Amino acid sequence: MERSVWLFRFACLVALATLGLVCIGGLVTSKGVGMAVPDWPTSFGYSMFALPISMWMTGGVFHEHTHRVWASGVGLLVVLLTRWTAGSPSRKLLARVGLAEIVVGLILMRVNPLWKGEAHFLLGIGGVVLAAACLPWKTAPACPRSVRLAWAAFWLVQIQGSLGGLRVVLDSWVIGGTTGGVVFGMIHGCLGQVFFVLVTCLAVSLSGWTLRWTRQAAGVPAATGVFLGTALVFGQLLLGLWMRHQHAGLAIPDLPLAYGQWWPRTDPDSLLRYASRREGVDVITALQIRMHLFHRINAVLVLGVILQAFRWSRIHPSGHALRTLGTAWLHLVIVQFGLGLFTVLTDRAADIATAHVAVGSLTLAVGCWFSWAARTHRGSAVATAPSVLDSGLPETAAVR
Amino acid sequence: MVAAFAASSAFAGEITGKIKVTGEVPPAREITPIKGDKLCGALHTKPVMTRTYVVGADHGLANVAVYIKAGLPAGKTYTAPATKPLIDQVGCVYEPLVTVAMVGQTVDIKNSDAFMHNVNCQAKVNKAFNFAQTTQGQVNPRVFDKAELAIKLICNVHPWMSGYVHVFDHPFFAVSDKDGNFTIKGDLPDGKYTVEANHLKSGTVTGEVEVKGGKATLNLELAVK
Repeated sequence: MERSVWLFRFACLVALATLGLVCIGGLVTSKGVGMAVPDWPTSFGYSMFALPISMWMTGGVFHEHTHRVWASGVGLLVVLLTRWTAGSPSRKLLARVGLAEIVVGLILMRVNPLWKGEAHFLLGIGGVVLAAACLPWKTAPACPRSVRLAWAAFWLVQIQGSLGGLRVVLDSWVIGGTTGGVVFGMIHGCLGQVFFVLVTCLAVSLSGWTLRWTRQAAGVPAATGVFLGTALVFGQLLLGLWMRHQHAGLAIPDLPLAYGQWWPRTDPDSLLRYASRREGVDVITALQIRMHLFHRINAVLVLGVILQAFRWSRIHPSGHALRTLGTAWLHLVIVQFGLGLFTVLTDRAADIATAHVAVGSLTLAVGCWFSWAARTHRGSAVATAPSVLDSGLPETAAVR
Repeated sequence: MVAAFAASSAFAGEITGKIKVTGEVPPAREITPIKGDKLCGALHTKPVMTRTYVVGADHGLANVAVYIKAGLPAGKTYTAPATKPLIDQVGCVYEPLVTVAMVGQTVDIKNSDAFMHNVNCQAKVNKAFNFAQTTQGQVNPRVFDKAELAIKLICNVHPWMSGYVHVFDHPFFAVSDKDGNFTIKGDLPDGKYTVEANHLKSGTVTGEVEVKGGKATLNLELAVK
């Protein structure tokens, strides 16, 4: 019992640390400081963990370097979480992966000095994974679902780390008419959201809440609607991500109209006129304006669908999981809607824009839990026994 | 010797003129993040303003690159000047805002501040680069090997910092001064030329000019956009 509760708490800690990482990553993009440290995984030639404080505290280096160090910490936590969740049987695979990464890192270093950064990254992460495999700590694996989620997080955190590095190393590459920095930055940002949701779902799977959802079976006709809402939230995050990485968050600077119209003109003369209203010399493109408009339209759609999901959730009694999730989802999307408005009204203030990213991540995570719970209810409504979903925890160990 | 002098003076020409701005110029805004940065803020006693439009006497517009657009002998190649334009980072601002250089000419990039900057060159035709300048007085020479207009340099450590470099495949170019005046000097033979003025915000305008006896004058106007 004690082990399960502490494992759940540890997973919550990892989820919180990941949310913090999403926030710092958001600040890096909001402030435009992603390339303040031109090298990776070293920082100005120093080992990431040995950068002098005076350099760390200089301007945008603070945000970018903190993001890197924090990400390393999250990587370490995820490896430990995988080792703990998957138990002693995970040691063999962890050892193989760790050794393989070290070998590949050594080969890369020999093959091409230009790949030194990637080689150092692999050597570092491989060493951590190997160390986790060597932990002489006998633990039983959690339920199969949790183990699968833990391994997914294990792989994803490494891919995510590599993408973050590639975003720096390949910043000036031209890929499909844009730069490697933008392409890898967008993929990195997108996977960051997915990774956060994954870790929160792992925590939920370890919580025992899924058992409670099953016992509260009530027959929910709205599972598809909730899933649709979650998909719309994800689409909204992708649109926002595109805008942030194209620095197009203020492609339309007014509200609720756009340049005084419901659907602004995007002919060359109009674009020049819009650009003249802005400080600085950067141009505005028709695509940036359209994406901004889609983001606004989708925001209204998301709000409508979540409002409907909230109404569906109200058919359940107070304290019911679906009702709680529906209420939480609605509150989050209202806050998120407000933050979106404030992002425009404050001329895209970095802290507001970052809060918009963070609350967006939470909205997506709650949407995923809600979809999961709604599907569980739908499934359990036709089941005769609450054994459809097995959290792997004895009932007394369930954290409520 | 006299013949040699006569030959060289026959090719020494210059175009002078003034760039004026028309329309209502938006006021400069304070770059407020400088104040919020402990290190950069300490270097300034007055507000640091944006330089989108720097207008001097008689509506003269500064920071406009002026260059020969057409009319040079076809196929003629030019040697890059030995002089090295300096792009300085001082007080967390690029000085000058606009630099002009020729293909193959060395451009010195300097950090005059007592703390670090990074120089992130966002060239599209030339090779982009990004390096850190961690020590005061550090100079990194760079050479651009292709003609390209408005190459943006930014500092991500202090993201409000940006400067621009125009690179040409001939040596006939200039940047307008604080009053909009410019002089294109060099071995410019007599003849008719198309001259273009390029402002980062207002865009470009062209004019025709004829150099006679090594002299020509051309005034151009750019509209606020």
